[in-house]
Amino acid sequence: MLLQIQVKHFKDYPPEARRVAASHLELLRKLPPAFMPLLLQQVQDYDWRFPAERRDIDRQLTFLASLSDADRRRLLTGFERLQLPTRLMDVKWASSPVEFSEQLSNYLWSTHQIDAFHEASSNYLNAVLAALPHQPPAAPRLGIAVIGKGVERNSYPLFSKFRPHGMHFTNVNPANGLKTLLAHVAERAAAHPAPFDHWYIDGGPAEPVSNPLLTSISYPGLEPHRLALLRKINSAINNGIAGPKELLSLLHRLQPEEIGFDAAGQNGAIIGRFATSLLTSGSGTQIFSTSFVQWTTRELWRRAQPLTILARFAPRQRQRSMNELLSGDEQTVEMDAPGSLIDADMGAFYMWRDQQRLSGAEKASFLIWFEDHPEAFAVSPSLPPNTESNARIDMHWLLAQTRR
Amino acid sequence: MADHRTLKASEISESVSRRRREFLRLLTGAACYRSSFSASAAPSSPGSHSLKRRAIVVTFGGGCRDEETFMPQGQQNIPYLLKELLPQGTLFTRVENRGILGHYVATASLATGVYETFDNFASVPPQSPTVFEYFRRDLRRPSSDAWVVAPSNGFNRIGSSDARSFGPGYGAQVVLPKRFLKQALASKTTGDYARLLQDNYESPLFIPQIEGSSISLLEFAELLNLSVKDFVTQALTLSSPDELSLYVAKRLMRRYAPNLLWITLHDMDIAHAGCYSLYIEGIQRTDRLCREIWRTIQSEPEYAGKTALFILPDFGRDSDDSVGGNGFQHHRTGDALSRTTWLLALGPGIRENSVVDRPVEPLDVVPTLGALLGFDPRMARGKPLSELL
Repeated sequence: MLLQIQVKHFKDYPPEARRVAASHLELLRKLPPAFMPLLLQQVQDYDWRFPAERRDIDRQLTFLASLSDADRRRLLTGFERLQLPTRLMDVKWASSPVEFSEQLSNYLWSTHQIDAFHEASSNYLNAVLAALPHQPPAAPRLGIAVIGKGVERNSYPLFSKFRPHGMHFTNVNPANGLKTLLAHVAERAAAHPAPFDHWYIDGGPAEPVSNPLLTSISYPGLEPHRLALLRKINSAINNGIAGPKELLSLLHRLQPEEIGFDAAGQNGAIIGRFATSLLTSGSGTQIFSTSFVQWTTRELWRRAQPLTILARFAPRQRQRSMNELLSGDEQTVEMDAPGSLIDADMGAFYMWRDQQRLSGAEKASFLIWFEDHPEAFAVSPSLPPNTESNARIDMHWLLAQTRR
Repeated sequence: MADHRTLKASEISESVSRRRREFLRLLTGAACYRSSFSASAAPSSPGSHSLKRRAIVVTFGGGCRDEETFMPQGQQNIPYLLKELLPQGTLFTRVENRGILGHYVATASLATGVYETFDNFASVPPQSPTVFEYFRRDLRRPSSDAWVVAPSNGFNRIGSSDARSFGPGYGAQVVLPKRFLKQALASKTTGDYARLLQDNYESPLFIPQIEGSSISLLEFAELLNLSVKDFVTQALTLSSPDELSLYVAKRLMRRYAPNLLWITLHDMDIAHAGCYSLYIEGIQRTDRLCREIWRTIQSEPEYAGKTALFILPDFGRDSDDSVGGNGFQHHRTGDALSRTTWLLALGPGIRENSVVDRPVEPLDVVPTLGALLGFDPRMARGKPLSELL
């Protein structure tokens, strides 16, 4: 069964998204009802997507359009075979693909079809990748995680999950460490200038950044937006919103302006939309700075596919009851620096795993440093795995290993 | 068609099972109970077992992964499970959950022996009869003989189904300890107790109101044979919702000695907030509480020597390798690790220091309880675990 989508279904899309969708109308009409709205879900936000995401959408559309009808049907047969009720096979979902996606997910889980859906998605993405491989990055990617701010003594075994992949350094001169790292990522931004290719994320107050191509986001910097979001959540709950799904739907529809983001300028709009998504789609990002930093790096690697991320984890607040955490009362917040170090150690590992999923992974480097301490770990093509060094080195030397 | 992905998931699941088995053999010298068949035990006729046996089921409404538990790097988090409980029980290393991976609906599936398909966040009863209804109806047991102690508001309908011929008249009494603590604190600041009022972690942005109960606070205190003041004072000494649940469960055991008690823990589900250290603390606390439950069984005359204890997470958590997930934080991908969990059974007649590696399902718990206690879970889809009978 195919759906007769019309241009009018895109009338509420922003201009670029409307243009992209309308110019592929014939293709969209040939796609299975379980697949078409999912593709449109990506297209719908085209205006606010990072350049890398736009390239991915364009690649998918180009690839699908290049196939014969028979080959396309064969490729998407997994979606075609899903048994959906008539309410989910409706042309109206072209106008509201996000809502379709929520309902489809619920339905697939409840009818034990979620595994078949994952398989269909995986086959599709592999086919796109095989036909149109990602271009290698303009320079080898570099991830840097700075962890343990505020921790004086530590007994937790750091970097344990990294050990098989690189070299452990136990005698790093910590002097000017953060300053050196920031200067290095600013230099990379200057050497490879492209919008959204270089990022500095901080779980605490951000250090000043000189290069405008080094985009910076900090947890405290988003505080007015976070608190505005928490007020909206509390208000919805107090007004009797039906349940978690209804709350999530509300959050998915939330516009950045509603929590105080200024949409001025194209780049400002993209960042505002991205930051809003971090707070509305991430779990724990609204209340724990360590979760915020980890989730931000994940979303950046996945979506913006940048060349550089420097992520600095800071102490998060101690666990309190969720009612208290969501109240937005942050006057008497206690911090949990030792717990945050453990969170950050795992968060850094996830940051590296997500970096490894991108093109050029074999040439990428990753550095993790226990802030103000002599302990660091590096994964780089120039460093042997599963090794340790107690040689006296400094941050410049470590960074040099990532350039080789 | 046996598709590639299914085979792969199955292989991963088998690998998880094998890893657990090998590790446990090294650690405890456990015997491998290789079941090459899955013969069902002959169904017991109702009432053929007098109530000489009791059963306590402990589920974790928040899964945990091998890396943080059974694997070498995780064993420090579960010392009591590994060194005290496993040597006394039979471990099923490969419990595959094929249902919806949400805690309420998965726990309801465990309690009915049928994969329930309702909305995980809806306040609805299970569609199929629960173990409590089979138990009470077949064995003509009073309501005081089947209890559920659960952590979050969402579980308030789990005691009975809306199945025809069954229903609340045969269900378990469900105690949500936080409800009563909240009521008891109505006129006080909750500051000192806030940690005990933590509700559902699975939807951390949605905090349901802790609602009133059909039984009053005074009736609840009477149930526990405790004054409200003493209840609150005791709560102050506890550090988490699961400790509060265990405290209430122990009072129920002493007061009513129910033959069937179901305790659902959920502290480790703080993982959904993305803080690894808090998730690990939750696992460590759960490990300690499981030992405490087993020791309580051994020390209570009504339970010692006649009680089977079943411990199982309702499911696992996502693998670090699942692209669509975020590792330990959630259980959303439906990957093999998030579906593969384990079950530990201890008690009289249950083989000690044994490991079973054939695949079983969470649905098998109810038929096994039926065979042990002597009722007929006729609508359950699982099969009795022959290794325990």
